[in-house]
Amino acid sequence: MSGVLVIMEQHAGQWNKMSFEALAAGQTLAKSLQLNCSAAVLGNSTELLAKELASNKLTNVYVVDHALLENYSADGYVTALEQLLKQTSPAYVVFPHTYQVRDFAPALATRFHQVLISDVIALHEGPTFVRQLMQGKMNADYSPATSGTAPCFVSVQAGTFRADTVELGSAPIETFAPTLEPGQIRTTSGERFRESAQTVDLSAAPLIVSVGRGIGEQDNIGLVQELASALGAELAASRPICDNGWLPMERQVGSSGQTVSPKLYLAVGISGAIQHLVGMKGSKAVIAINKDENAPIFEVADYGIVGDLFEIVPALTKAIQAAKA
Amino acid sequence: MKILVAIKQVPERDAQISVSPDGKWIDEEDLTYTINEPDAYALEEALQLKEKNGGEVVVLCAGPERVTSTLREALAKGADRAIHIEADDLAERDTLSIAQLLADAARDEAPDLILTGLQSDDLGLGQTGVVLAELLRIPHATIIMQVEATSSGIKVKRELEDGWFQHMEIPLPALLTIQSGGNKLRYATLMGIKKAKTKETRTIPAAPAAAAPTITLERVYLPEKQKKTEMLTGSPAEIAVKLVEKLKFEVRVI
Repeated sequence: MSGVLVIMEQHAGQWNKMSFEALAAGQTLAKSLQLNCSAAVLGNSTELLAKELASNKLTNVYVVDHALLENYSADGYVTALEQLLKQTSPAYVVFPHTYQVRDFAPALATRFHQVLISDVIALHEGPTFVRQLMQGKMNADYSPATSGTAPCFVSVQAGTFRADTVELGSAPIETFAPTLEPGQIRTTSGERFRESAQTVDLSAAPLIVSVGRGIGEQDNIGLVQELASALGAELAASRPICDNGWLPMERQVGSSGQTVSPKLYLAVGISGAIQHLVGMKGSKAVIAINKDENAPIFEVADYGIVGDLFEIVPALTKAIQAAKA
Repeated sequence: MKILVAIKQVPERDAQISVSPDGKWIDEEDLTYTINEPDAYALEEALQLKEKNGGEVVVLCAGPERVTSTLREALAKGADRAIHIEADDLAERDTLSIAQLLADAARDEAPDLILTGLQSDDLGLGQTGVVLAELLRIPHATIIMQVEATSSGIKVKRELEDGWFQHMEIPLPALLTIQSGGNKLRYATLMGIKKAKTKETRTIPAAPAAAAPTITLERVYLPEKQKKTEMLTGSPAEIAVKLVEKLKFEVRVI
């Protein structure tokens, strides 16, 4: 048992950018524990990606190569990685916390009788891994039981580590050919598709007013629309609003929607679950209006207002109209 | 189609949460509980599949006595039967141990399809479904928006990141973790609530944990602020004036 192994994510020859954040996490973890750090990429003919990966400070780059890994399947990835981990016996396996990792990493950990410490937002000495509870209202420190016989599995939330802090270097590339039969892959996946051409590009909007669950019902959305209009801002929403069909899906900000970084993000009645925060924490200025003073949105807000949005929003709309007049 | 829905009872979303005196969990006194929201969508999907294809919907929940209220609500919404795995020590078990409890119960039922929410509102580890599938050695798919029965199994619509989707075909038996928002949730009708009283809830004792937890929750605490937040106070009109000042002179967007 030794070392940290980072599992990178790629699709059709393109990196998922969160992979390099996971790589930074892996290097940091390895340094604090005085372990070596390696990385693996899965796929079919990923030489170019492997070469790029090998220009980082790593002990080894593993190319897990198989025709059946061309397209992602949970069965294919779990089977291949189980073999790689048995051969390389890392002490820690680090993933980016992507939708794909959520799909297979828990099953992989189960094969080693371990539980993935998922969605980690910080790393402390020990190691202790920090993750959120209760929709972001609480933080919790998790530590792995030190069995010494199986790896500890960790997935890292977007934005926790910076991809540009990855230490550069050079690493040898080692090809690993897993044993994989077509019959082992029980599911058939179709092409990726989008529902409709996106007509709203929130990522380019300089001002965004965003509405969440606190608005209560569809008829109240107009209140927030008026505020957005007064400011000249795009209207956006957190997931539940779009789930309810109160605003179209293309106005959703968060991990399943758009990622935005406006000059101003004004969050109305949004509590700030991590899935939402990852989509907007690049905003230059954040204003939050929420009735719950413990709402996690206030953790990332520059200006906070605890109170009844139904009183504050109309007053604010009027004040902005007056200021602009 | 026989569908098993694994649900979890969690604190209400609006509940005021505080850290328990030992600092290792939240204070459960005076908390009100409800069905985990993604699990409510899993139940809704199961009920709609039954309406289209026939069959049976069985709800399964592990936890102390209080979880029976959530099971009763699921019965009132239309589930046919309920299974309560009585366990008072869920906090001391890890995901693997809890999934093992669910797997033992699921094996006895031999369902065609197991549905559960993609993650819980309290712990949010997002793994129980996938681990359960692995323990049962059945295929799975996660973050599912739509399910339809086909001649050879099921076809699902899976959500990917950034607004992308993908269809998948899966043979049965299989497990799916359901994303919120794929369907509109139904309410229990008066008739449903009445009927629920005649439906079966089987209580089975939880087997003791087979192994020590592989991960330990050491400490729960309020998050540290990432930014220095300036709180604006006063009457709504006063707050509006202060905020306009900030928008003009600090954020500079007016």
